Amino acid sequence: MVTATATATTPAFVVTQEDKPRHVAFICSKGTLDMVYPALVMGWAALGNGIDVTIFFTFWGLDMINKNRVDHIEIAPVGNTAMKMSMMGLNTGNLGIPQLAGVLPGMTAFATKLMKDKIKALEVPSVREYLQMLVDAGAKLYACKMSVDMMGLRQEDFIEGVEAIVTAGDFMDMTDGAQVVFI
Amino acid sequence: MATKVIAGHQVQMNDEGFMTNPQEWDREVAAAIAQAEGIPELTLQHWRVIDFCRQDGMASGKAPTLRRITALAGVSTKDMFALFPKGPAKKVAKISGLGKPEGCV
Repeated sequence: MVTATATATTPAFVVTQEDKPRHVAFICSKGTLDMVYPALVMGWAALGNGIDVTIFFTFWGLDMINKNRVDHIEIAPVGNTAMKMSMMGLNTGNLGIPQLAGVLPGMTAFATKLMKDKIKALEVPSVREYLQMLVDAGAKLYACKMSVDMMGLRQEDFIEGVEAIVTAGDFMDMTDGAQVVFI
Repeated sequence: MATKVIAGHQVQMNDEGFMTNPQEWDREVAAAIAQAEGIPELTLQHWRVIDFCRQDGMASGKAPTLRRITALAGVSTKDMFALFPKGPAKKVAKISGLGKPEGCV
């Protein structure tokens, strides 16, 4: 008796994926406007490429998921040598914003508005909306227990979609084999 | 770049599996690519998204990003990831015979 062996052939036009899906984990430790967006942008790009995403919020990064803070992420010109006056549309080349001017009341709010306007002009979502998109797309968000305890926060202080408050050890367990990006 | 035969049609495809000539597309090609991408059957919900992408892609010359699809086709992000798992914008662009979607959002 002759038995025909059926060979499962993958059509030639299929780009096959590896068995274990790629997993990228971001540690968000900062709460300033320029430092909260990288994980959002890269996380969204990862999800768009079929990559699993985990985000761990620690220290100032907790502002990103704090209900009362997420809409008030700011950027200060003080101590930021990369922030030039030309960003305001002034033809001043590499001239920085004078540090003394940066300490004046309202300067942080001004710089923040400037940057938020630029973000909006590019049709980039707000931090709150971005996080919602990430959660809807399957990203897993966690808050760092030590930071949460230090800042006297509770689960109910966080936006919806934050799965749990976990320890650094838990984070290590859940990101076994993942690529980790610290921001 | 290579010529592939999909659902009895000859189509041009790049190395990443995106069709390079959207004119070579039809609904049978879409169904065959979808199957190869792990979507055994295209439902009405899938077609609503594909039809939007075809329309938008043919008009603009580029595949819509996920945010554009969710904003204009009336499909939520959650639904998009359920309908086209693991990278919905890229997947639906492939199925719609369009190029790779560009843009960071």
